Amino acid sequence: MQSSPILFVSLDGTTFALLSTSAWLRRNLLDISPTLSEAASAIIDDSFTRCFKSNQTEPWNWNIYLFPLWCLGVIVRYGILFPISVFVASWTGVVRYHGPRPSRRAKQIFVANHTSMIDFIILEQMTAFAVIMQKHPGWVGLLQTTVLESLGCIWFDRTESKDRSIVAQKLKRHVECEDSNPLLIFPEGTCVNNEYTVMFKKGAFELDCTVCPIAIKYNKIFVDAFWNSKKQSFTMHLIGLMTSWAVVCDVWYLEPQTLKLGETPIEFAERVREMIANRAGIKKVPWDGYLKYYRPSIKLTEKKQQKFADALVSRLGDSVDWR
Amino acid sequence: MGNTSSMLTQYDIEDVENHCSQRFTQREIVSLYQRFCALDRSGKGYISGDEFMSVPEFAVNPLSQRLLGILEGLNFKEFVAVLSAFSPLATINDKLDFIFRVYDIRNNGKVSSEDMIRVLRDLSGDFLTDKQRQAVVTQALEESGYSKDYSLTPEDFLKVLSNGGLKMDVEVPID
Repeated sequence: MQSSPILFVSLDGTTFALLSTSAWLRRNLLDISPTLSEAASAIIDDSFTRCFKSNQTEPWNWNIYLFPLWCLGVIVRYGILFPISVFVASWTGVVRYHGPRPSRRAKQIFVANHTSMIDFIILEQMTAFAVIMQKHPGWVGLLQTTVLESLGCIWFDRTESKDRSIVAQKLKRHVECEDSNPLLIFPEGTCVNNEYTVMFKKGAFELDCTVCPIAIKYNKIFVDAFWNSKKQSFTMHLIGLMTSWAVVCDVWYLEPQTLKLGETPIEFAERVREMIANRAGIKKVPWDGYLKYYRPSIKLTEKKQQKFADALVSRLGDSVDWR
Repeated sequence: MGNTSSMLTQYDIEDVENHCSQRFTQREIVSLYQRFCALDRSGKGYISGDEFMSVPEFAVNPLSQRLLGILEGLNFKEFVAVLSAFSPLATINDKLDFIFRVYDIRNNGKVSSEDMIRVLRDLSGDFLTDKQRQAVVTQALEESGYSKDYSLTPEDFLKVLSNGGLKMDVEVPID
């Protein structure tokens, strides 16, 4: 019989019995408060969703004097800058590049943190990269298969399960070829809001190449470059960027890294992520970016259930007839 | 309250504050509103089950389905009222009511041994057999002086749970 600490002895034997045995019912069955607290805590705030939070646009304190200025801003941005951008096919961008650019070599790839499609454009200004990217629907897909393919870009489709091995082969072939453009990979696998990084996928780190990390940090005062793909289409995102004042960002080329002795590709990936996160001044979270598109594996829930079941069995021991 | 994408007025905040019996401060309510809007991606005015499940920490919780039954489809005012059970300012009764709601799946004001077995199933998955779960619940009831067919009322919950010092508080981050 499970024994409980005696809190007090009552002349009324019933009360005494109720205290010790209701403790049994409470502790082993009814008190689900820890599990509930975890769930409520996740609902109120969780580190994964924080990675994809767009910058809150502060509402202006409207007054009559600001209004003409705002109107002027709209006219300039939509009427002048935007058409110019379209014609010139480039953004008003102030990009500061830091660090020596690694010289071109075979068996060398570049990795960077990912905020938006314009990461590619910004880096492309300096070097003709070939990049691996998600195949998009619509006009972007068309652009991908025409202009970008000529640069040697590689597609993947995260919805295709067999895709990963095909892509891995394509990557290997690309890096082995001396003539191909240097390969740029965004190991997070998805756009993140430039305040955080999610876990790097190991694919880029098991190609037996030198990895040149690049850190990108956007200045949010002018524009939030983060493309929240769950909230807006790429077209709207592009228009948003092109009608804002400017894209201001810093790009750091960091020291090329190779796989250390005894280091696994995953550890290598994390080490490079640490370098990039530190340089750009952004935080790391231990989440897989693909959780944006897929539910967590059921195994994670099963692990919690097993822990609970084991704890219950060991706590109750012989006091329950387990047959 | 209007469209979720609109701003929260002072009147709205006070309305929500009253509805949750002042369990959350006004700043916490503003913070919860930002969170509500972040989860309600399509701006419908309520959070769908799918949108809750997009939070990985919530999706892996064994009681997530049960909680969805309580939380999904609520407007912001109701959302705050339901979550107020987790405020440090909530009374023991508030917290017990919430736990009772989780167990009382059929919403008939009583928690039967069937209900308890179902919750135990969510918590333990396939790692206990049905017989084992039945054994635990039967034992629990009998040890407490109830018959094994007894259905617990909220008063029973109060009796059982109020002694242990229930810890069910969650902090609302305020930026």
